Amino acid sequence: MNRSHLRWPALVVALLLVLAACGDGDDGGEGAEAASGATDCELNQVDGDLALYNWAEYIDPEHLQAFADEFGIGATMTEYDSNEAMLPVVSAGNSGYDVVVPSDYMVGIMIEGGFVQPLNEDLVPNISNVSDEFANPSYDPEQAYSVPYQWGYTGLAVDTEVVGTDFPRSWDIVFGDAVPEAAAGKVTLLNDPRETMGAALKSLGYSLNTTDEGELAEARELIVGAKDNLLRFDTDSADELLTSGESVIAHGYSGDMFTQFLETDNPERYVFFVPEEGGTRWIDNMVIPLDAPHPCTAHTFINWLLDGEQGAALSNWNYYGTPNKASVDLLNEELNAFVTSPELVPGGLDSVEEIADTGDFETSYTDAFTEAKG
Amino acid sequence: MSTNAGITEPRGVTRGVLQGFSWLVYVFFYAPILVLIIFSFSDNRNVGVWGGFTTSWYSEFVTDQPLTTALGNSLRIAVVVTVVSVVLGTMAALALERFRFRGRQVFDALLYLPVIIPDVTMAVMLLLFFTQAAKWFGFSKGFATITLSHIAFNISFVSIVVRARLAGMDDNLEEAAMDLYASRWQAFRHVTLPFIMPGIAGGALLAMTLSLDDVVITQFVTGAGWSTLPVYVFSLIRKGVTPLINAVSVVMLVASMVLVALSLVVQRVRGGSPA
Repeated sequence: MNRSHLRWPALVVALLLVLAACGDGDDGGEGAEAASGATDCELNQVDGDLALYNWAEYIDPEHLQAFADEFGIGATMTEYDSNEAMLPVVSAGNSGYDVVVPSDYMVGIMIEGGFVQPLNEDLVPNISNVSDEFANPSYDPEQAYSVPYQWGYTGLAVDTEVVGTDFPRSWDIVFGDAVPEAAAGKVTLLNDPRETMGAALKSLGYSLNTTDEGELAEARELIVGAKDNLLRFDTDSADELLTSGESVIAHGYSGDMFTQFLETDNPERYVFFVPEEGGTRWIDNMVIPLDAPHPCTAHTFINWLLDGEQGAALSNWNYYGTPNKASVDLLNEELNAFVTSPELVPGGLDSVEEIADTGDFETSYTDAFTEAKG
Repeated sequence: MSTNAGITEPRGVTRGVLQGFSWLVYVFFYAPILVLIIFSFSDNRNVGVWGGFTTSWYSEFVTDQPLTTALGNSLRIAVVVTVVSVVLGTMAALALERFRFRGRQVFDALLYLPVIIPDVTMAVMLLLFFTQAAKWFGFSKGFATITLSHIAFNISFVSIVVRARLAGMDDNLEEAAMDLYASRWQAFRHVTLPFIMPGIAGGALLAMTLSLDDVVITQFVTGAGWSTLPVYVFSLIRKGVTPLINAVSVVMLVASMVLVALSLVVQRVRGGSPA
């Protein structure tokens, strides 16, 4: 999911909360009790209404209701707009939520902070449906706390009616000397330090999680050089600028772009790809807060959503990729064609990386990006 | 307009330039709102691309279940918040303006605090407070926590507005009423209250608007199933703005204009017949 500009203030807040929690000796004990609650559950048992804390429009309200009806309980969803807005609420404790859907790097932060409880695998047999490429993520290698919810890529979307189809599938069309003539002044880059610095780093052949100041400086210069061809830095409406003709090359998220293409009269006019040098893959995950009021319901919901049919229903509604191998064949055709297209990731799966938390180095990314934007 | 006798009204070119400038300011304020309204009727999913006239976004707003739930939540919260904070805020204003008591200045300063401190700071404090309170008393976050938080900062705003009105009131009026054998309560009810009514109405409108608008604090203190309209709309924008959001904004805009108009009417009626 899109990363917010709120990142730093929110992390500072979270840190303060952690410190506050550390100072309070009782917390650990209570938390441990809550965590052990899940071991008393049985498969498909529910112990109360489901309280889901999720991104907006990430699940069909009727789909959620179908779960509630099947198990004879209620279900509510509350929405947040960034990982950074969600973290302080959950980490403070007593949030009242049973299942939360953080992105990759945020799962790592939540595990480290001790805000989530380990999953009881006996209650989630459908975990075997998770595709191998999502089974051992770097932020939760044993998959002890999280299961993937949806995923997507960050890459480039191109209007082929203006640019043609004869261009390299490379970051060079925005950063290098291969910018198509028709695209001059009509390129948008994401207004996000990690994504855009990451794109420049990838184009130079470095890791997008680098902690090397020299590499970062090179990437910064690359972005400075690309500004002549830029319409602007834009995250929220990159997809709309493309289909309304204001831009012809847009750096953006696969799910947003794909949904936007389908809204137009001629979706074939646009292509989306991850440049061959590589790009970002993000994965959103389901986790259970340490003090979730209904841990049994939470496990039951996660298991239910990992079912092949439910996973497909989820993707067919929100148009993001499914991490569920039992769902792939049940996806609608357009979506399936898009996510399985060989042109989507010409550099292969090894070329993509998830954004990882670089700790103290995060400010260097933010500073470099601010300098590059000038 | 109150004119100062020492200053003559500008004439000629100066006047023209100043007038032009004022109009530019109005355009700057209202042009975006006009664009927002126009595109709420556009039959194209992209804001900024005109796709013909339609009212479908309004019908989608009415039938969109998460949106209507959020709207209902917002309204319920705003009504309770307005009533409670107007009563408490007016009481605080009266106490601070009329009486001298120990700790008055400290209380005065404390009352200004919610206006001055950043939203996010207040939000985190309230979050920590409610988290502890929830642990001790075993309630869950939601309607009560959002309402209490909104009341907490609205008391300050209401009392500031009411105090401004009270400060302009002559104490002798009340004394005169009591000289004519009005009890303290009667003097308040028939003299003071009508006089400060515009301030109270203004404070009420401000409280309701602030409650309906708040994102940051609400986001921190909300609980399962208690999304308010602005928080929900804010989280929708992440997926791109559609004219649906314009339609929601227009509805809220019209609603607040109706509120302002109502309060003006109420004030005029009251002003015409001072009880």
